[in-house]
Amino acid sequence: MSKMRWSRRSVLRAGGAAVAASTLPAPMIWAQETKNITLRQFGTGVSNLNDVAKKVKEDLGFTLEMTALDSDSVTQRAATQPDSFDIADIEYWICKKVWPTGNLQAMDTSKIANYDKIVGIFRDGKLTPDSTIAQGTAPHTVGFVDGPDGKSFAASETGWMTLIPTIYNADTLGIRPDLIGRPIESWTELLNPEFKGKASILDISSIGIMDMAMVCEAMGEIQYGDKGNMTRDEIDKTFAIFTEAKRAGQFRAFWKTFDESVNLMASGEVVIQSMWSPAITAVKSRGIDCVYQPLKEGYRSWGGGIGLSKSLSGMELDAAYEYINWYLSGWVGGYLMRQGYYSAVPETSKEFMSPNEWGYWFEGKEATDVITSPTGDTLAQAGETRDGGSFYDRMGAVACWNAVMDENQYMVRKWNEFIAA
Amino acid sequence: MTDTLAQAAPQAPATPPRKGGALKNRHVLGWLQAAPLTFVLIAFLVAPIVMIVIVSFWQATEFSIIPAFSLENYEFLFGSPVTYRVFLATFKYALITWALTLVIGFTVAYYLAFHIRSQSIQIALFLVCTIPFWTSNIIRMISWIPFLGRNGIANQTLISWGVIDEPLEWLLYSDFSVILAFVHLYTLFMVVPIFNTMMRIDKSLLEAARDGGANGYQTLVNVVIPLTKPGIMIGTIFVVTLVMGDFITVRFMSGSQRANVGRLISNDIGLLQYPSAAATAVVLLCTVLIVIGILLRFVNIRKEL
Repeated sequence: MSKMRWSRRSVLRAGGAAVAASTLPAPMIWAQETKNITLRQFGTGVSNLNDVAKKVKEDLGFTLEMTALDSDSVTQRAATQPDSFDIADIEYWICKKVWPTGNLQAMDTSKIANYDKIVGIFRDGKLTPDSTIAQGTAPHTVGFVDGPDGKSFAASETGWMTLIPTIYNADTLGIRPDLIGRPIESWTELLNPEFKGKASILDISSIGIMDMAMVCEAMGEIQYGDKGNMTRDEIDKTFAIFTEAKRAGQFRAFWKTFDESVNLMASGEVVIQSMWSPAITAVKSRGIDCVYQPLKEGYRSWGGGIGLSKSLSGMELDAAYEYINWYLSGWVGGYLMRQGYYSAVPETSKEFMSPNEWGYWFEGKEATDVITSPTGDTLAQAGETRDGGSFYDRMGAVACWNAVMDENQYMVRKWNEFIAA
Repeated sequence: MTDTLAQAAPQAPATPPRKGGALKNRHVLGWLQAAPLTFVLIAFLVAPIVMIVIVSFWQATEFSIIPAFSLENYEFLFGSPVTYRVFLATFKYALITWALTLVIGFTVAYYLAFHIRSQSIQIALFLVCTIPFWTSNIIRMISWIPFLGRNGIANQTLISWGVIDEPLEWLLYSDFSVILAFVHLYTLFMVVPIFNTMMRIDKSLLEAARDGGANGYQTLVNVVIPLTKPGIMIGTIFVVTLVMGDFITVRFMSGSQRANVGRLISNDIGLLQYPSAAATAVVLLCTVLIVIGILLRFVNIRKEL
């Protein structure tokens, strides 16, 4: 029994046997001790779900502590407080900012059981062999490094991953069809004077700028070389268009948190705005008509993944790998897909969804029965289809990925000016 | 500022030097007595401010801070027209909020101090004023949003009364809603010090004014207001500094559409631009100090209290 009370340090000091055991794939002898392990995970609200922590405790035995923060705070914490977390649940564009700090460690893909089944977007960048890669910080461009201590991103799969993809989606504008009363087809509608004082965008610079770019490009005002990596000139032009619209009273408000976006839409303050998929769900669950409108110019997409803190080692590191393997094994994927997100390994998630749910969420088929969220709210009735259609329709129409650009600092300052303008 | 302090420093009586150890020496003893407070002030007030000033001359990227002297932050700050617009907006909020809280606060305090005769009722009513402060700042602020919204209670009521046909857009997410929230949040900071000084006014002065033939208005202007000045000044300092340093009220009540200096700083911090935030903070600190310096020219608070 005394072994049970060993600290991680003394286990490591116990020499070769212990070290060997901790790297062996059979963690049986440690099973008792994993119960005492606590992994601290933080990230944006989308995937920091208490249900996941509960299930981890049930299936794997160790404790997962979750902290949910907004994107800016997540970046800040990952960059400045490496010892405050074990697992960082971050987006790929955040990874581009944070990786150079050296606070995260690369992961050995040979330890990831379902690595081969991960969707192509996160490996070679291609959803299907003949799809083109969208602009912006596409996940595969920041997904790999050369080795365990690699500082710069590798161009292709190397066996060392920065983030294990967990969740992603294609975003577009949310609208209130009951208050608009006509079809909406293009990003340009966000600045349509018809919706003066009834439009909104989100006040998170790195995401907001992409929505702006989608609008400006759709209007034909600006031709971007790469929306995900604008030149100063392109940034200036983009902000000029939006500042003018802001001064003319186009926007009712800007939102920064999920709840704000839901309230703006549900209360009718805003009829067209940047929105996230579960926010649409939240508005709908209040019985208000709200559509995640597919637009002809395509989607702005984002992807998140989990990264491991540099300071993670020994048994905790093994536990973290165990957690990642569990994450990709289907239960979480099913849970997230039933909220409207996509899982990195859809085929394992299928086993945790009913054929009706799989058909509705993934294949874009008509629901054969009522569709409910994991928490039990009704999201769709039989006969309805998902906005935007199937996985391949939606993820295949991605126009750009959320991004960090080389001129990020300049953009941030211009963003600050835009808010103050 | 310095002469105010010098004036107020206790003039220790010149006692003849006594024989004894160093502890008996009044200079040494004085320094020892002052040491704990000095230490606390240096550690928790002076040092952080010095740090902020130093950082404001540094540079930063998202993930690293470059500790090399540079004036870039200040150049950008003073070179951007947005800075001036934002400082102007901050002063505008401070001025309007100050004027409104002063009028309301003075009226409430006057009523409490001179119209309520029984002291127990006075205290009871004063406590009633503080009831809203039992809930959180943020809650009091956010509860305005559904009230003022396009389909909110205010608009619906006005429409049902026939006062307006279309909902008023400027009720929410505008300068109006920002100032409304400020006044709501900070009026008590005006009431308390004014009420306090009013309670110290010798009632016989008011009687003397009346006996001397002054009417109510003359008494108010020539007796009550001059004697209430220190309270007004303390309330002013509270309200002005609170409004100038605020960022969350402006963010929520304007729906992120308006900005004051506080929001500029909080945006910078959110985007990991600490040196730039520090530079803005230093400029704001200087501005507020100048404002308070000017205010203290009008009334010598230490003398009047």
